Amino acid sequence: MSNASEVLLKARMVSRPTSLEFIEKIFDDFFELHGDRHFEDDKAMVGGIASLDGMPVTVIGIQKGHTVKENVERRFGSPNPDGYRKVVRLMKQAEKFHRPVIQFINTSGAYPGKGAEERGQGEAIARCLYESSGLKTPVISIFIGEGGSGGAIAMAAGDRVWMLENGMYAVLSPEGFASILWRDPSRSGEAAELMKLTAQDLIKNGVIEKIIPEPEEGLENNLEFTTNIIKEELKKELAVLCVKPYDELLEERYQRFRKYGEFEE
Amino acid sequence: MNLFKKKNYIPIGRTMPKREETAHEPEQQQETPAIPDGMWVKCRFCGGLIYKKEMDEFQICPKCGGHFRISAAERLAITCDEGSFEEFDANMVAKNPMDYPDYDKLLEKIRDKSGLKDGVLTGLCRINGYKTVIAVMDSNFMMGSMGSVVGEKITRAIEKATQLKLPIVIFTCSGGARMQEGIISLMQMAKTSAAVRKHNDAGLLYVTVATDPTTGGVSASFANLGDIILAEPKAIMGFAGRRVIEGTINEKLPDDFQTAEFQLSHGFVDKIVNRRDMKDALTTIFKLHNIKKGEEGNE
Repeated sequence: MSNASEVLLKARMVSRPTSLEFIEKIFDDFFELHGDRHFEDDKAMVGGIASLDGMPVTVIGIQKGHTVKENVERRFGSPNPDGYRKVVRLMKQAEKFHRPVIQFINTSGAYPGKGAEERGQGEAIARCLYESSGLKTPVISIFIGEGGSGGAIAMAAGDRVWMLENGMYAVLSPEGFASILWRDPSRSGEAAELMKLTAQDLIKNGVIEKIIPEPEEGLENNLEFTTNIIKEELKKELAVLCVKPYDELLEERYQRFRKYGEFEE
Repeated sequence: MNLFKKKNYIPIGRTMPKREETAHEPEQQQETPAIPDGMWVKCRFCGGLIYKKEMDEFQICPKCGGHFRISAAERLAITCDEGSFEEFDANMVAKNPMDYPDYDKLLEKIRDKSGLKDGVLTGLCRINGYKTVIAVMDSNFMMGSMGSVVGEKITRAIEKATQLKLPIVIFTCSGGARMQEGIISLMQMAKTSAAVRKHNDAGLLYVTVATDPTTGGVSASFANLGDIILAEPKAIMGFAGRRVIEGTINEKLPDDFQTAEFQLSHGFVDKIVNRRDMKDALTTIFKLHNIKKGEEGNE
């Protein structure tokens, strides 16, 4: 099996640790906060406040489940607009109390549902991107599994974007990509190869800054191996980001995304 | 007040581009009103046959009022004051960041057929005297999908508006992200949204006009960030494609799902404006925001 297909399998494994498991291992005193204050509490999106070795932070994550029942409840980690509005709410709260924001991403994409459209999925994601770009506090995003489409970038528009060794991030799921371009979702393996969606590919084109290693025995068998690294890296990075003046932080964040694009004139 | 004066339209040399069938998101696969060289066209809304000479530059079905898709050049002609449009970045063309097989050839073919370099025209213009930056997306170029060029031109147009302290009007029309440019297409969502934020923070006006279709990554970025969001009647606006949703929830969706009228009733559109009245609507909005006229601008 080739690298991209292998990564895709690992990123999607039902046993792969979820955002809440990462949060439990990395932070202390996680205090979950619910709801978007508009419509409902989206169970596909979790968030709250916690301590990173004594430093208060806001943590947000897209939440998948390990069982069918849990996955149905959490829509297999595909948030509704209410989830993205919860993100905006928690980001603004973090800004008010000068807490950095740490986001965990694990989704094949935003939920394509009737209610999601009625409540403005596009607007909710757009608002996330818009608010992230001007948020006066550091934002670090970590891809822990799957990352697909607008539903993923909504939470990856901050100062640093990292990815686990077997994480992935693409414009769309390989199935969706294959069905759009070739009208054949079964060619997803071929699509995955073409899409340059692995951490190795993404660090080359500057979409991510850091690859977090996973243990040889598998992430689910030794999560501490990876969460210990994340914890140390977060502390190191936040020590740098938290002392930057806001205008410098925001200008660097703007330039981080401004640079993407390949064209000729 | 020029509200009631006779409208002037800028002459556009380009002929009606041929419709291009390209790879795009499923929701983009709506029937386009293919306009043959013959004397008659079929309306995709009511199915009626329309004698071509009955249709004016607005391209609205005289029977049912359905708004046909029009090219960016045609849009500029009915929106900008005659001779006022100065194009930005007219020569920007896409590269092939993902080494997608034959993408270069595909681009070349579509450029030849459509007479366009990519999916958006941007520039400076006057609308009934009001000076503004304008961006118009074009469905004839890979269904207005957003890759590097669309993202960059839109971003530069917004930045230019911020720099010149001008409003910006964006006519959106897109099936979403340009699949062939992969992750770089996705990045354009963050890039354009951040540019809107800067323009907003400078206290400047951004008007979105959603035209058919405004979906996917464009709906999830700058299209939904206007201070005022107008839409053309029956324009499809939404994030996910109808068929994807139907497949997910295993349910048939109502006919008006994701139409401009649906978005209006759900609170995501400020007003539905008939194409004939669009220039006047924009004029009223500019007037109420104390936008300066013509040469009093800041350039």
